[in-house]
Amino acid sequence: MSTDTPRQLTLRILRSSPGEGIAPHWQDFRVDEAEGMTLFIALNEIRDTLDPSLQFDFVCRAGICGSCGMLIDGRPGLACRSLTRDFGPLITLAPLPVFALIGDLSVDTGSWMRGTAERLETWIHSQAEPDLTAVEARMEPELAEAIYELDRCIECGCCVAGCGTLRMREDFVGAVGLNKIARFRLDPRDERSDEDYYELIGDDSGVFGCMSLLGCHDVCPKGLPLQTQIAFLRRRMVAVGLK
Amino acid sequence: MSRLLERSATLPPPIARQAPETPLALTHVTAHPRLRRSRWPARLDLLQSASGLFLALFLVAHMFFVSSILISQDAFYTVARFFEGAYFLATPQPWIVSCVVGGVLAVFVLHAWLALRKFPASFRQYQAFAEHRARLRHDDTGLWWLQLWTGFALFFLASIHLYGMLVHPELIGPYESADRVWTGSMWPLYLLLLFAAEIHGGIGLYRLALKWGWLPGGNPDAARRRLRRLKTAFSLFFIGLGLVSLLAYVRLGIAHAERAGERYAPSGDGTPATLAEGAAVTPVVVPSRRGG
Ligand code: HEM
Ligand code: SF4
Ligand code: SF4
Ligand code: FES
Repeated sequence: MSTDTPRQLTLRILRSSPGEGIAPHWQDFRVDEAEGMTLFIALNEIRDTLDPSLQFDFVCRAGICGSCGMLIDGRPGLACRSLTRDFGPLITLAPLPVFALIGDLSVDTGSWMRGTAERLETWIHSQAEPDLTAVEARMEPELAEAIYELDRCIECGCCVAGCGTLRMREDFVGAVGLNKIARFRLDPRDERSDEDYYELIGDDSGVFGCMSLLGCHDVCPKGLPLQTQIAFLRRRMVAVGLK
Repeated sequence: MSRLLERSATLPPPIARQAPETPLALTHVTAHPRLRRSRWPARLDLLQSASGLFLALFLVAHMFFVSSILISQDAFYTVARFFEGAYFLATPQPWIVSCVVGGVLAVFVLHAWLALRKFPASFRQYQAFAEHRARLRHDDTGLWWLQLWTGFALFFLASIHLYGMLVHPELIGPYESADRVWTGSMWPLYLLLLFAAEIHGGIGLYRLALKWGWLPGGNPDAARRRLRRLKTAFSLFFIGLGLVSLLAYVRLGIAHAERAGERYAPSGDGTPATLAEGAAVTPVVVPSRRGG
């Protein structure tokens, strides 16, 4: 950035506090833009200097924990990974939809994600007695890479908020859940078959409900290949359905 | 959190987890076969795509048949008689056309019925999607909205057209069609139908490719951009071709208005009746109908 006078940013934040009965309303905050400023920094500045009651979540500040998802100018994104210079002088911030609202920009993604994990049983299913002293079975590096690629999901909820299908039908699993199924399907330690996965996602609230709007793919801050994974699962599940 | 859950792999199997208060009762049921989830959602999903693909391919073929009017009236006449089996059977049999239309209508109804599953089912759903679309400003989300509305329009527009072809298959020919378009006042419907079908079909084919992961080339994101350009080109090309063809019918229909109802007979001398006859690109004065 040059030595010009810094931009004045207006952060228009949708404030609310269901607990205290404060209905949603917009409130403007003005901050001076600094070099390399992220929304996370701007929000902290507001909280430190203008309004200590402002609620928003963060932990890692580095796009790893998935806590700081919010609607930035209407699109889901991570506050800690969004540079203010990529936006206009007026930036609107709102909490992610779908998830339970805690207050202001803070939502409870955790309960929702936990529900998805339980619904889709996103853990390794194995009949074998675990032998805690044995050396782990070897895995081809390519396979380990492929699993790791899908395991990069930080459960930030951006794909959930970006999905038009899910906005219409709350029982739709969403891309985050489908991606997890794809991940466990790859894992040789998970003994579940495609028939087993069909029991979990083989209906219109599962993979067949997805209308390929690809909002999920386009907003995922981790750049997960949701488009190809969902299409792949759809093919596999149709194959089960035709058997 | 996901880590923790993964480590829970050694937990007891799901049955005990889901109903901890009745574990004993449930363990006795394991002899029964597990209730299997219906295979129909999978089949319906495939049928939705298969019917859409069929309709889109039909649309492409149909557009080329219709636009044969741009070559000559005789060319269109030949195409029309061909579908009545005139070149295999002793006499043209219009009921063959009715059968084809009936088949298309059946697929069309199936496709529309399946598409109903995707329509917003209540005002709340409608509003949720509309608000989401407006806020997200996301291309593919917007395309779906367009597909929804064009699909909705097709319910009515395509039904009227298909019914007409079903009951009057013999009235397909240069004069017959032109009279229907102009004297029969079908052109506004055809105009809307053209836009709705080509936009809906184009987006549908694009979505079909994404939905099933048919993405040519190594890079899916680049393939998607390419497909999107292809989709736009598809819609524009067929809307263009359709508009020019419709214009030809309108001009022919205007020229033939006083003699509306007269059947077309091909030019006997074998020279194709050219566009200049009746459907001239130059302003229509008094059409000469040689060999009519
Ligand atoms: C009553 C008329 C019609 C209605 C209501 C309708 C509605 C729809 C809707 C809502 C979808 C989206 C389905 C989804 O997201 O999975 C769709 C998909 C599609 N439609 Fe139609 N449509 C109609 C007629 C047509 C016609 C005439 C064509 C041919 C051009 C066509 C071609 C397609 C294709 C190729 C798809 C993609 C299929 C898929 O996504 O699996 N539709 N239609
Ligand atoms: S798939 Fe992407 S957008 Fe969705 S929760 Fe995981 S990291 Fe976030
Ligand atoms: S492709 Fe569309 S409908 Fe499917 S999960 Fe992603 S955003 Fe939702
Ligand atoms: S603070 Fe952890 S992802 Fe933004």
